[in-house]
Amino acid sequence: MADLQINLAGIQSPNPFWLASAPPTNSGYQVQRAFEAGWGGAVWKTLGEPILNVSSRFAAVSYNGQRVAGFNNIELITDRPLEVNLQEIYETKKKFPNHAIIASLMVEPKQEKWHEIVKRVEDVGVDGLELNFGCPHGMAERGMGSASGQVPELVEKQTYWVKEAARTPVIVKLTPNITDITVTAEAATRGGADAISMINTINSLAGVDLDTWNTVPHVAGKGAHGGYCGPAVKPIALNMVAECARNPLVNVPISGIGGISNWQDAAEFILMGATGVQVCTAAMHHGFSIVEDMIDGLNNYLDDKGLASVMDLVGRSVLRYSNWGDLDLNYKIVAEINNDICINCNKCHIACEDTSHQCIDLYTEDGRPMLKVREEDCVGCNLCSIVCPVESAITMVERKSTIPPMTWNQRQALISSLAK
Amino acid sequence: MSGESKAIGLVIGVRKKCSHEGDVEMVPNQENAMTMQLRRNFMELKSKMTKNEAIEEANRCLYCYDAPCIKACPTSIQIPNFIKKIASGNMKGSATTILEANPIGASCARVCPTEELCEGACVLNSSTKPIKIGELQRYATDWAMESNAQLFKPGQNNGQKVAIIGAGPAGLSAARELGRLGYQVTIYEAEAKAGGLGSYGIVAFRLPNEVVDWEVEQIEQLGVTIQTNTTVGVDISVDEILAQYDSIILAVGMGAVPNLGIEGEDLEGVHDAIEFVRKTKMGPLTNDVVGKKVAVIGAGNTAIDGATSAVRLGAEHVQILYRRTQKEMTAYKFEYEFAKQDGVEFKWLTAPKKIIGNEAGKVTGIECVKMKLGEAGPDGRQRPEEVQGSNFIIEVDAVIKAIGQTRFVSLIEAFSLAHTNGVVDIDETTMQTSKDKVFACGDVVFGNGQGEAMVVTAVQQGKDAAYKIHEHLRKPSEIA
Repeated sequence: MADLQINLAGIQSPNPFWLASAPPTNSGYQVQRAFEAGWGGAVWKTLGEPILNVSSRFAAVSYNGQRVAGFNNIELITDRPLEVNLQEIYETKKKFPNHAIIASLMVEPKQEKWHEIVKRVEDVGVDGLELNFGCPHGMAERGMGSASGQVPELVEKQTYWVKEAARTPVIVKLTPNITDITVTAEAATRGGADAISMINTINSLAGVDLDTWNTVPHVAGKGAHGGYCGPAVKPIALNMVAECARNPLVNVPISGIGGISNWQDAAEFILMGATGVQVCTAAMHHGFSIVEDMIDGLNNYLDDKGLASVMDLVGRSVLRYSNWGDLDLNYKIVAEINNDICINCNKCHIACEDTSHQCIDLYTEDGRPMLKVREEDCVGCNLCSIVCPVESAITMVERKSTIPPMTWNQRQALISSLAK
Repeated sequence: MSGESKAIGLVIGVRKKCSHEGDVEMVPNQENAMTMQLRRNFMELKSKMTKNEAIEEANRCLYCYDAPCIKACPTSIQIPNFIKKIASGNMKGSATTILEANPIGASCARVCPTEELCEGACVLNSSTKPIKIGELQRYATDWAMESNAQLFKPGQNNGQKVAIIGAGPAGLSAARELGRLGYQVTIYEAEAKAGGLGSYGIVAFRLPNEVVDWEVEQIEQLGVTIQTNTTVGVDISVDEILAQYDSIILAVGMGAVPNLGIEGEDLEGVHDAIEFVRKTKMGPLTNDVVGKKVAVIGAGNTAIDGATSAVRLGAEHVQILYRRTQKEMTAYKFEYEFAKQDGVEFKWLTAPKKIIGNEAGKVTGIECVKMKLGEAGPDGRQRPEEVQGSNFIIEVDAVIKAIGQTRFVSLIEAFSLAHTNGVVDIDETTMQTSKDKVFACGDVVFGNGQGEAMVVTAVQQGKDAAYKIHEHLRKPSEIA
């Protein structure tokens, strides 16, 4: 039985699973249900000047029959009065003193606005604050959300203002709609952020209806870009978390968000440097009870790995995340096809032939169709193993190199020193 | 069933004409081949899912809220949960979820009539195809067996003792729950092995012995003592048990197949279906059925098991004789299909009148009479009536009786329990018999329109009996 408790920048939580600031955390009723289901914490749907929403608000992207591979929303921050939200936060915290309640905040980029909301929110007993510099639609047009999040100076300044007034830990939530998220992460750190969370949603348009020519979603025949999330964005989010985690100028804990659907996803984010994770789309798809397997699965995984606490898992793969120029050019792997397991769909052959290095041969042996990799031409790109639908039919095996490791950077340095 | 059944290799050995009727003299070097073939015939028929199949199927599950499959399961296994855990790679969690609700979950995965229970209730029946819940349950419990994980721990000893009579699904389930609650449990089992019908009655090609052995072992690991080869009333007296234990559970199931009540029953070649199947599970498989013509009387699941066992033992021809029609047949639909695939012939509206033998006392034929369905009887089923003058004789070498099971009336009466025609009377809310200390569950309370004789219902009743005992024994200390 592993210990799943986390401490994220001073915020205690019984487990690393929080609900992200979104429709699931709109009201006290919902957050309380979530805590009853087992979620360790919840980031309340962004508080600020109440807005008005449109219908419809959501769309999903399916892929070859796999539903909700991605999810898109054009919903804004809370449309409920601040007093109502504050009252419900207060009541929820009273009922669940050991669960983490974080208030997500978004106000105009003015010092007094930030000071005012921080004081009001901390008065009702939240465990921390999350600053929303990421909403990509609706608010950005008013200078808030990702409009702030895309400008490092605005991130730093607003974080600084909040820190002037805040008594609880401050998490800065970053937008992925930016060239390099580490720049804004560094800015948040300089501004005094106690932690950072990422990612918010990605600018997107879910689709176009081929019959009506309407956008998907549409509001009375018109559309607007929305925020993309769900399983499809996980690799983007995971990379951003990892880049921030390995950046020495971003030395604060990270709350990982982006397509986390199960305990395996959560473990991956934790390994790449997240102390805790936040979930939204999976909960919207399946309900709050999904946290049960997240907790159970993570627990069993930690037991299997011999780790007593989830905090022992944080960042264990970060040091392995490097720069391309520091990768060993002499590391050689090749594909091997096991013809006893192979089902002869031939997808590896055509993928290699059309789009890689033309080194998989189709032949027959005693009337039996066979596939073989010509090792001398195989560059170990992996493509065949990716398109292969049967587990273990194709394996990538290392071929020990006769020459010592050398990276691109080392090679370039050597060349220029020889040129002198 | 297509694609799932392995071909049954019937006897391919040389069959010589010989002096003794009914005997088959085998050429010596063919004998090993036949023994091996018979053994192959009784190996688990359905192959397990590959990892790819399991992951794909698990991901097809919608993870419904308030899922109908859970309500359809007599043991309320949290099905969407266990399936989601297969998809997420949490195999330990999946197996635990299943076995938590159903201690005999590995057996049930193989023997439950899923089309009538969970799979029949799956919402996808109205959309695509129902999820293969039974196969997924087998995938997860197979993992547990292979990984040797200990999933449950005994509860802290509370000093109270419970005796359970009968180590079948009901008794084992009650023991598992009581063990987890901290009771000291002893199961008294008359047979040489625990497991009940799982070990002795359900055909090996549907439920291999290893599966039941593992389930029994898991329960013993909770500190439950199983005393085999111990018949209550013979090896240990009823009074001793009543004196030594705080509570007793009677979970003895039902007895042997009763007599048909016709001439010729004592001839050599007349078998009790349960005994017949039991022999295929216990010892080396017999050659005696090779090349024989067999008639099975009855059309319940036991008759199907008897018939398909005879086929797999190399019988030349097997037919089921039933006095009613296919509509009234009590065997599960999938069992009926399975028997037909095995080549079993079904003769409806046919009842046995007399078994015919030769001077050596062996069965040579069975005289039958055609039936017709008349007025409905007190149980609502139409009564079969003989069609006068329709008698005919079928040539057979063996007759297998599968017309139901008798009751352990003497044991029930040794406990002084009230019963109705051998079916123990219980208060259905408390599971108690007419004796406060004695609870009853499983097939021993099945009958007279009460309950269902399924493994899975026996499991739930066993759990219920355990919880009721827990309530009952804790009451004195909870004084209002």
